[in-house]
Parts: sequence; C-alpha cells; structure tokens
Amino acid sequence: MTTNKYSVLNTRVHNVDGYAKVTGRATYTFDVKLPGMLYGKILRSPHPHARIISIDPTEALKLPGVRAVVTGKDTLGVKQGIWRRYPELCDEQILTIEKVRYIGEPVAAVAAITEEIAEQALDLIDVQYEVLPFVDDPMEAIKKEAPMIHDGVERNVNVTRHIEWGDVEEAFEEAEYVREDWFKLGGQAHMCMETRATVASYTSDKKLTVYTSTQSPYYHQALLAGVLGMRESDIRVIAHYVGGGFGGKFELDASQFCASVLSMKLSKPVKIVFTREEDFIATKRRTPMYYYVRTGVKKDGTFCAREARVFTNGGAYTGMGATALYLTGFFHSFPYKWKAYRYDGYRVYTNSLPSSSMRGFGAPQAMFCSEQQIDWIAADLGLDIIEIRRKNAHTTGYEVPGQATIGSCGLNQCLDRIEQWIKAKGTLPKNRAIGISAAGFMTGGIFNWFDSPYSFSSAVVTINYDGVVELHVGAQDIGQGSNTTLAMICAEALGVKLENIKVHSGDTDHCPADLGAWGSRQTLMAGNATKMAAEDAKKQLLEFASAKFGYNIIYDLDIKDNWVHNVARPERGMHYVDLVKEALRGKDGQRIIGRGHYTPHRKGMISPAYSYMVQAVEAEIDAETGKLSIINCTTAHDCGQPINTLGLIGQLEGAASMAVGYGCLENMPVEDGKIMNPNLVDYKIIRAPDMPECEIIEIDTYEPEGPYGAKEAGEGLTNPTAAALGNAIFHATGLQMKQAPIMPEMIVNAFKEKKKEGGTP
Amino acid sequence: MEKQLLRFYVNDQEYELFINPKTLLVEALRDHLGFAGTKRGCDTASCGVCTVIVNGMAVKGCSVLAVQVNGMNITTVEGLEKEGKLDPVQAAFLDEGAFQCGFCTSGMIMSARAFLNETPAPKDTMEIRRGIEGNLCRCTGYNSIVRAIDAVAKGKYREGA
Repeated sequence: MTTNKYSVLNTRVHNVDGYAKVTGRATYTFDVKLPGMLYGKILRSPHPHARIISIDPTEALKLPGVRAVVTGKDTLGVKQGIWRRYPELCDEQILTIEKVRYIGEPVAAVAAITEEIAEQALDLIDVQYEVLPFVDDPMEAIKKEAPMIHDGVERNVNVTRHIEWGDVEEAFEEAEYVREDWFKLGGQAHMCMETRATVASYTSDKKLTVYTSTQSPYYHQALLAGVLGMRESDIRVIAHYVGGGFGGKFELDASQFCASVLSMKLSKPVKIVFTREEDFIATKRRTPMYYYVRTGVKKDGTFCAREARVFTNGGAYTGMGATALYLTGFFHSFPYKWKAYRYDGYRVYTNSLPSSSMRGFGAPQAMFCSEQQIDWIAADLGLDIIEIRRKNAHTTGYEVPGQATIGSCGLNQCLDRIEQWIKAKGTLPKNRAIGISAAGFMTGGIFNWFDSPYSFSSAVVTINYDGVVELHVGAQDIGQGSNTTLAMICAEALGVKLENIKVHSGDTDHCPADLGAWGSRQTLMAGNATKMAAEDAKKQLLEFASAKFGYNIIYDLDIKDNWVHNVARPERGMHYVDLVKEALRGKDGQRIIGRGHYTPHRKGMISPAYSYMVQAVEAEIDAETGKLSIINCTTAHDCGQPINTLGLIGQLEGAASMAVGYGCLENMPVEDGKIMNPNLVDYKIIRAPDMPECEIIEIDTYEPEGPYGAKEAGEGLTNPTAAALGNAIFHATGLQMKQAPIMPEMIVNAFKEKKKEGGTP
Repeated sequence: MEKQLLRFYVNDQEYELFINPKTLLVEALRDHLGFAGTKRGCDTASCGVCTVIVNGMAVKGCSVLAVQVNGMNITTVEGLEKEGKLDPVQAAFLDEGAFQCGFCTSGMIMSARAFLNETPAPKDTMEIRRGIEGNLCRCTGYNSIVRAIDAVAKGKYREGA
C-alpha cells in the first residue's frame, strides 16, 4: 500500500451535501412551491403516428379551476434539438403542430389550480386525429415501402456514421479465422427516482425562473431561450438537488417547455411533475440496436480486422441519439488494437419513444457484442480468454488511428489482477461460471455540436476574510458527487482543509457556464477548471506571503493543511486564515478571486482521456427455469488518480447495479408502438437482495490531462457487465446469448434449441 | 366527498386536519403539513421513497389513506434527529456514503430505522437486504446502504462506542 501524498484527495470524507440529504432537507424541484403556483398536466398522443386535424379546448376551459390550455399554435413552433450546430437534426417540436410520431407525444398542456383539476381537464380537450400507418422497428422502417416519419427523410434514415481505419479487405485476407454474428440489444429506462419535474415562473418584467431536474442548467437555459424567443441571460435555471439523471435529463423535456409556455401565458408560476408512467413512455431511453459484427483474427489470437454494421432504433426524434450512434461505433473497437476497423451506423427513425444517451452512451451495447464474440472466437481457436485480450490490448501512448491518443492505460494490469482473482476462485460448482469483459470509456466529450460559445467548464474561487472559500461552478451534482469531488480538488489545490470550502452550483444566475453532468466530463473538465481557479487564488496569496516573509527569492512558498510556509523550512510560516486577513487589507478590502476554465484542445476526436477496466461476473444458471443468480461482480479498474474515495466506490457499485439490470432484468417490450410495462411493478430494477458483492481492485495510473492524474469513473463501468454475464452463461452452458437483456425464457429457449440440434446442454 | 377530521401525531407533535378521505398519508404529510422530506416516486406502491414509520412499522405513505392513521404515531425523516444529534442510521449513511442523488434516502433511512428497531441483531447481511427490499435506489447499488445498516447493528454508533 502506497501512502497518500495528498492531504484531501483520496481520503474518506462526508459528501458535502450529506447533511441535507440524510435529514430530508435537500429541496428538489419536486418539492418547490411558489406563491400563487398553478399545476400543469400534459395531454399525450394515444397514436404512434397520426396527423392532428384539430384541437378544441373549449370544454376544458369551462372546467372551474382551469386557467389555460396551450397547444403548439400558442408557441413559436421552433423545432429544437441539442445538436444545435446542425439544423437538420433539430427535429423535435415539443407540443407538435402537424403530426404526432410516438405514443405519449405531447399535444396540449393545461394549467389549473390543482393537479387533479388539470388532469380532469385533459379528458375534456377534443383532439381529432387522422391515424397514419406506423413503424416501430428500425429494420422495417428502413425499407422503401415504410411510412415516412419526417417529411423528406428517405427510408427514415436520420443520421449515418462511418468510422474506418486501415485496409479492412486486406486485413480480412490476412486473417486465418473469420466469424460473424448478429445481435439485438434492448432499450433501458433511466428510471431516475425523481421523475422529470419543472416549476417555471415568468414575471411580466420578461424574466423567467425555471426550477428543474436537470443534468445541465446551462443547456436548459440556452435551449429554453431558443424555443421561447428570449435572451439566455433573462432565463435563470435553478437545480439545487436533482434526483438522478443517468443521461436522461439534459435534453429539453416537455415539463420544462410546457411549464414555461403556460407560465408566460399566465404570468404565474406553473409546476409540472411527470407521473412514473409518463416518465417511462414519454421521455427518452437507452438506444435499442441491431448489431452485425464480423471479426477476423490470426490463429494465435492476433486481431486483424473488424467490421460492424449497426441499425439503431432512433424513435421519433434525434436528441442525443446522434452522439450515441458515433460512440457505440467508436467503443466497439475498444479496448483493442485493430489493424483495420470499419463501422457503419444507421440511426433510423421509428414511431416509438425517442432513444438517446444513457449511462455508457452506446458502449454497453457495443461491448455486449464485442466481448462475447471474443470469447466465442477464443473457444473456437482453443485460446485463453485473458491471453487473447492481453495480446491485443490498448497500451499507454497508443493511437486509435484518426480518432484518439491514449494518454494513460492500465488495461494490462487490470487483466493481470482479474486473472489472479479467477485463479484464486478455484473450481466452481456445476452450472456456475465466471465471465469476463474488458471495457474503456471516455472522460468527457470533445465535440461541440451544442455550439457553446463558452468554455466547456469554468470555475471561480473567492476567498472571504475568514478564510472560507466560495467555489462557484457550473458543473451539476445529480448525485454522482461532483460538488464533493470539486470541493476536494479546490481544497487540495489551495492547501486548505475541506471544511473551508463552500460549493455553489446549480444556478445559472450565480455560476459560470458549464456543459454539465454527462459523458463523464466533470471530474476532468470541471476539475481542471477548479484546480486552475484555486491555483490562481493561491498564487495571489503567495505573492503577498512572499513579500511579507521577505525570504531569499530562491525559496518556494506553499500552503498545505491551512499552513503557509517555506517549503525548505516547513516550520516557518503562518496560519492561512491570518494570511488571508492581511492579504485582503493589502488589496484595499477586495476578496481574493481566482478564475479557471477548461476547453479541450488537440485531444483527438472523442475525449481527452480514457478509463479502462476488466470485470469478472460469477453467475449461476438454473437450467430448468433459466433463472440467473449473480454471485459476484469484481472489477479491476483504472480511473487514474482516485479523488473522492467513498464517492468512487458508490459510483462503481451503482454502475454495476444498473448494468446488471441491463444485462438480465430491465426489459422494455414494445407492441404496436406501445411500451407494455410503464410502471415499477412490471419494469423490474435490481432490489437490494439481488445485488451482488462488488469488489473493486484499483489500478494505479496517472492521466497527464486529468486534474492530479484523474479520469472517468462511474459511467464506464456500465459497459462490461452485460457482456461478462453473457460470457458466464457461455462458459457454464455453452449457450451463446445474442440478445440483451438476457431474460430467463431466452435461456430456456436456447437450451431447447441446443437440444434439438443434438448438443448436450 | 365529505371531509373528515383526522387527528394524529407526527414526530411527537399532535396535528388536526379536516381532510378529503381520499387523501393519501403521503399527501397529508407533504402537502398539508409540509413534511416534504418524504418523497413520492411511483403510483403503484413499488418504490418506497414515501416510507414513514407508523406505530413502529415501516409503511409506504402512498399505500394508506391519511384517515386510516387516525390516532397513530408517525415518524418522518424530519423527526429522527434529536437535539442536534443525528440518528445512528443517519450518521452511518453519512459515514458510508450510502446515498447519491438522495431522493430515495428519506424513505430508505425510515425503512432501515424500522428494520433495526424490529431486528437489532440481524443474522447476516441478506437479512438486512430483505429488510430494505421494498425500497428502490437507482444510484448506489444498495451495498453502501447495507454496510451502513450493518455498522449500526454491530453497535458502531452506540453511546460510548
């Protein structure tokens, strides 16, 4: 065990929002109440595809207590999307005017004095539809004869993506073994404990305040400005506590838009909270995909070539789905060195719930296909599953041709440690096996399709007279603990104790712009901005200390644990708070202010840094019922320098719970465009007794681009689990599972199929 | 529907409400009395974020009508901290980082408190897991919550420990 060279980083500390959360005092959007507040409800389409002939609110408006009904005609009718740089991808008009494209799409919104009255009013709105033929599967929607979902979009192809390097044909020629498989990957609900919720408050001085459950206050400020025709800075977005996000809360949602439109019409605060059913049927979901994978290798296991063709079920609109299409193709190559690689992705519109980003961002789907196929290839060639991965693994300094440079990579150490762990397990009982999967993930995206004119992350550090530090960040804490992580980085950089730091986030009026909490960007990007701001403030303090102490200028001064001192003679110095008091006097009473920002430059196409991991899942399969029990889920994990010890463990365990759900539990069946299980009775997520033990083996690496060497943790670990589970089933039974989530009936059917073919189960 | 008189105790304080009998307990607590620490997360009594303690038992506040608890003692998350001292369960949740977004935390803490009152010495961690089976958490994967409850059960937060 190496000793920790840091005073604050990598120590066990209480979450800075902890007291508020354990005492019930954390106030979520769900809890916000404003004087004179009205309640809104949204009328949703019962049809997967239909033209709107007319909407008549007359009867609804007669209901006592109803204050307003709005439809698309009361709005500017702006087609919006989060890919703002590309107008053709801004395709979603919340409160659609001409057509509905999925069941649950908003067509009107009501404000009333109670939620109950608003709900009753929905039934009184008369909407006439012309029902159109619909299509809810991408392989059907891409056919010539399929109904056209968006005018002028041929074959419903919304976005295509191509990634290629090397000479693919030649590399397949060199291969001594080639294998191809088709896979089908399901969707997954973000299922945040707090459903989408907004309180919008417009005042007649043309200012709008929006409390909302968001991963990115800045995005919502900017997106709302676009659809409401306002200046960004006249909109204040507040999100002090957010009940989960997981990739589902940074596009504009109907609670935000409809509450704002109603509030502007009435000049009253309007609150809209989605029911759990609305949250399931009318938000976004993990992108369902069809994956074709062809892989060529040498007999010794050297990877030669891979090509993948992917058709994703985009649902009705683009949103973040365009990014997921790119990232699934990129991470499908991960974490290996392919001599040649080709990916063609097609995102296809369908008449179903729009698909988007969700924790892992296309990578869990990619790994399910890639990592299982690697085990099947190893079995066919008689190769060891660790060895074949080791032979082809990314290493520090590797360049993914034309895409990325790997600044740090602990993948080989991860493989070593998991190999030891498996060996130590010895022989397992019958019907039980260990499956592994490797994975990697990005640490924030480099792309700027949002067209942000601001730095990707910014921070301001202000030091008060009593030494208390106000850290203002635009980064958003949605439970992942960014407030704590950034406070720790600030304390470490400044040389003060954690209790000196107050974090201010979740308010666009008071915090600098930041792209928010998605794509695992905050520890590195907001972390670098925070470190820079703290170092700027520290430099100002040390300039003063240097003048005050009067040492020979060759000496270095520093601050550590609240002690300002000469590095060569640490006992010589003064308390940090005393120094602050004097320094403020020297600045004519101004507080010390440090500024920091971060925007990635020259870091390739995807991300400034990549995490790596290898996970081993030990599972037991009941051949009679197909029931899976997950005994253990152990991960060797390289996230560079750990910052927030407790937060890191929590994030990794949480990722595993969501990923086990994706692997074998969270099924979202769709029939005739309708999600069949939009409630928590029928949509199962992991409960406490199902959750396996999750051992974490930290691999020590240093990422040059990260603050103190840190990189992504907590999202990437959603990637390997479904694949590792599939591999455990393969090693226990010989079954090859090509569909996720792996439901018990699929295992039972696969056993039957195998028996029919004459194999021994 | 004709309103009814409800008299009950919340966190040792007596309250009287004149209330529509359709009102759920969680609505009475949150919307009528302002105990907003208790949350709501589903419409099907499936998620447990509205869990409060009724006469010593963990009850989902959306699964009973307010008038059904007439005369009973309710404890919500706001009632756990006594004289500036956190309940051991709250302290353990802090120490173990047994929450992330925090939206399930109030209900989870109330379930844990009721479980430990009934089962001060759980025989293994699976018994703890079963004790909080009715509470969903989307963030933590539960293991840190189990460690927190286990630490309380093992006496780490006992006076003088």
